[in-house]
Formats: sequence, structure tokens, C-alpha cells
Amino acid sequence: MKAIPQPTPETAEYWAAAARGELRLPYCSSCQRYVFYPREACPSCWSTGLTWTTLSGRARLYSYLISHIAAPGFEGDVPYAIAIVELDEGPRLMSSIVGVPQTPEALVLDMPLAVEFQPRGDRMLPVFRPTADVP
Amino acid sequence: MTRAGQGLIVGAAETRRLGRIPDQSALELHAEAARAAIADAGLTRDDIDGLATAGLPPITVAHHLGLEPSFMDGTYIGGGSFLLHVRHAIAAIDAGLCENVLITHGSSARSRVGHPPRVADPASPLGQFERPYGTVTPPTMFPIGLLRYMKDVGLTHEQLAEVPVAQREWSSRVRRAMFRDRITVDDVLASRMVAYPLHLLQCCLVTDGGGAVVVTSADPRKARWWPKAPVYVLGTGEAMAHSMISGMADFTTSGAFARSSALAFEQAGLGPGEVDHLMIYDAFAHLPIYALEDCGFVKRGEAGAFIADGHTRPGGSLPVNTNGGGLSYTHTGLYGMFLLLEAIRQVRREAEAQVPGVDVSMVQAVGGMFEAAGTLILGSSDARVSR
Repeated sequence: MKAIPQPTPETAEYWAAAARGELRLPYCSSCQRYVFYPREACPSCWSTGLTWTTLSGRARLYSYLISHIAAPGFEGDVPYAIAIVELDEGPRLMSSIVGVPQTPEALVLDMPLAVEFQPRGDRMLPVFRPTADVP
Repeated sequence: MTRAGQGLIVGAAETRRLGRIPDQSALELHAEAARAAIADAGLTRDDIDGLATAGLPPITVAHHLGLEPSFMDGTYIGGGSFLLHVRHAIAAIDAGLCENVLITHGSSARSRVGHPPRVADPASPLGQFERPYGTVTPPTMFPIGLLRYMKDVGLTHEQLAEVPVAQREWSSRVRRAMFRDRITVDDVLASRMVAYPLHLLQCCLVTDGGGAVVVTSADPRKARWWPKAPVYVLGTGEAMAHSMISGMADFTTSGAFARSSALAFEQAGLGPGEVDHLMIYDAFAHLPIYALEDCGFVKRGEAGAFIADGHTRPGGSLPVNTNGGGLSYTHTGLYGMFLLLEAIRQVRREAEAQVPGVDVSMVQAVGGMFEAAGTLILGSSDARVSR
């Protein structure tokens, strides 16, 4: 079975938003940056006055590998890409790239992406799909 | 002349066997290496009053050996843990907490005999933000920034394939190495893909084995006769950067390598140009490339060509991973102990692929997926303590 994320109180809003089809992260107004992964205080200034904010969901493909090793539940998916995406708002996170062959030819660094959500157990998981426009 | 934070390594040993050892548990490999290292130092168990280890808890190893240490360190950063243990042991000895610290490693990563399983809590940051995307073992995580490095810094697939080729030149001279046949760039690129852009021959081995060292004071007032010339620990460093690879600040450089090595160079009063021999933790082929740049041996973007041009090979200007490395010699999951042991052998002039005149050897280890780092600079200079 594929791993299912288990929220903690600090990350519950991230997963609740994902279930609604939104990508949300805490924003630190003093540092003017988003905090990924979600936590109570900004790791830069330790401010606890973070504001949950909805992001555009737009990103670019920052880097990736193509795994020929299957994680539990991924046996039917190999080879599959595990990517780092850079959100337009700055944070980078790990994700999957969907709707495109999992090949070096199809997965071009810096290609534009948009978030969508896939069911995983009782949660919804943010994943990214290439958008039509060319970088 | 020694300074605070500098110590001696007076005992060092590997287990008799490396590779497949189905008839010994991980704990027993710790113990076998421990007994051999203590004997190598000419000490007995009664001389050991400190114990540090990773993989298993210090109390487990101490009890198994029938020891009751008054200093224990179970610091765990991953494969480089043992380098931090050396650093901490020297600090503890300087502080008078203990005199002779045993540092042990044993692993049954291949045969899985008494080998603790690695599990990710689904509520941990890793369990929430990485595991759901199909990460499982190190190859599914460690190379994730490599394509960005290749694009931004300009490294070719062929240069990346030169890393295992160069290290096989070393391991072809080392009888204890698991893989000794010389290989070519074409062989590397033809080997099966494990995690693009890395092929099988660019990924480390998975083996059983163990090793141990004994650390003691470098204070000249405590000088005594040792069976082998002691190896001086001239500089040490440790650093951390992130807790999982998706949190890496810049995927094209290891901040932990840079900070850890800078601490060690500063303490030793040495620079990269004074290093005769270098051991770099090579869980995957890109680690030597990052470390050569991040530790200041070459400028950013030059490491691929530096390796391809032969500088790290036998006869080169900077011999690197002279046992063949984790790619060819052995890799027990926590490989850092073997980096250290090869550096000790080179300084002692007892390595199988001995480099002439190694007076300064540096050991650069990673912890986790670029998450942390440890550095040791070892020296043979003024190492001979007179009777």
C-alpha cells in the first residue's frame, strides 16, 4: 500500500486544504516568505504570527530522479519520477509529475506545472501536471 | 604541538570478513571489530572507559562486550556518525570524562541478521511530505537534486560515469574490495538504471561488515608507547543542513560539507592544498563531485573534469577513495567507519593501495541525504611518541 500522510496538529490545515483542492501554506509577514513544511513558528525569525495563505498552485520542475525501485504500493508504477517542484511563490517541495511520460525526454527541467490533487487513502495528495504553455 | 580538540587514534581494525556474513549478527560484528581495535592499540578491555556507536545503542554494544563505560555517545546523523564520535570523544577526553574511547560499527545490511529495520513514521515530516511520493531507499532520494546540478553547473553524464571508473582503478589494487574489475565509462552507462540519472555502477554496494577505532589523548604529558605510530586527529568538524532532502537549501551544493570541512581546516591550521589523501563518502557517484567543490579542493563546476582528467586516480595529484570507496570496496549502510579506517591505514603506511608520503589525510563524510556532515583531518606529523 502506498504511504498515506498522517497530519499532525501543525499540518492539519495543509491536508484539509488539499482535500478542498487548495494548496495552502503558512506565510510569515515579517520575513515575507512561505514556510514549508508547515510548523508553528517561522524558522527564520521564530515569529508565531503565521497566516495560512492559499497559493497559486503554479510551479516549475526544479529537479527530479526517475526511480526504477518500487516503494511499497508503487510496484505497478516503475519507473516513476520523484520530483522537486518550485512553487511560483518560492517554496520547493517533493511531488509527483502526472499526465506526462516518466522519461528524461518528457520531463524537462524548468517546465511549467500546475497543482492538482489525487486521492491517497482518506487524504488528497498535491501532485503537479505540466501546463500547456512553453517555458 | 597539539591543541585543544586534537587527539590520537591508537587502535583501528575492520572485521575479518566484509561482504556477505550471514553467520554473524550486526551486534557481533560490532564486538568483533571492537576486540580487534583494542588489541591493535595494545590495550585491554579494562583500559576502555568510553564507548560511542551508531546503528545500535551504546548500552547494547557496551553490555554485549561486558564493558561499563563512564562516557557514552550515541550521536546518529547517518553514515558519518563515527566521525562525530571521534570529535566528541576528543572533547570528552580533554574534559577529563574518560581516557580511552572505543568507537564501534557493525552492520548486517546485506544479510539482515539482527539488523534494525528502517521505518518512517507517517506523521513525521518525511512520512507526510516525502514518502507519499514513492521514496523508500536512499537511491530514491539522494540523487534528486543531481539533474539541477548537471544543468546549472554543467556536468555531463560521461563525467559522472568517471567517478566509479576512477575508483575501480583503486579497488583493482585492493584484495579486500568486493568489486575489483576495471570498468569503462561505457560499462557504467550500460549498467542498468537504478534512479535516473544514476546507473547501478554509480550506486554503492550493500554489504555486511564492521570496524572500530580507539581514541585517546594527544596531550604530550600522557604520552606512552603504542605498538603502532599513533594517528593524530588534527582537525574535526560537524554540521547539519536539513532534515530531509526536499528541504535542501540549494540542491547544487552541500552546505553541511562546506561548514563541516571549514571547521576542520581551521582547527588543523591547514587548507585543501595541504591534503595528501582524501576519503569522501560515496554512497552515490555525485557525492565526490559535491565534496571536492564544497570543501574547496576545486572551484564550483570543476569537479567533474578534475575526476575525468585523472587527478583522483593512482598517480594523480589528489588520491581519492583509495580503497575503492563505497562504490567498490564495501558499504554497510553506515560507511563512514570505513572511510576513517582507510585514512588511518594510509597515514600508517599500511594501506593495500598505499599512496607515497601521506602526512595529511582528510575524511569527509555525509550524514543522511546531504542532511549533515562530519570531517576529520588526520596527520602523521609528530605522530611518533617516544617511549
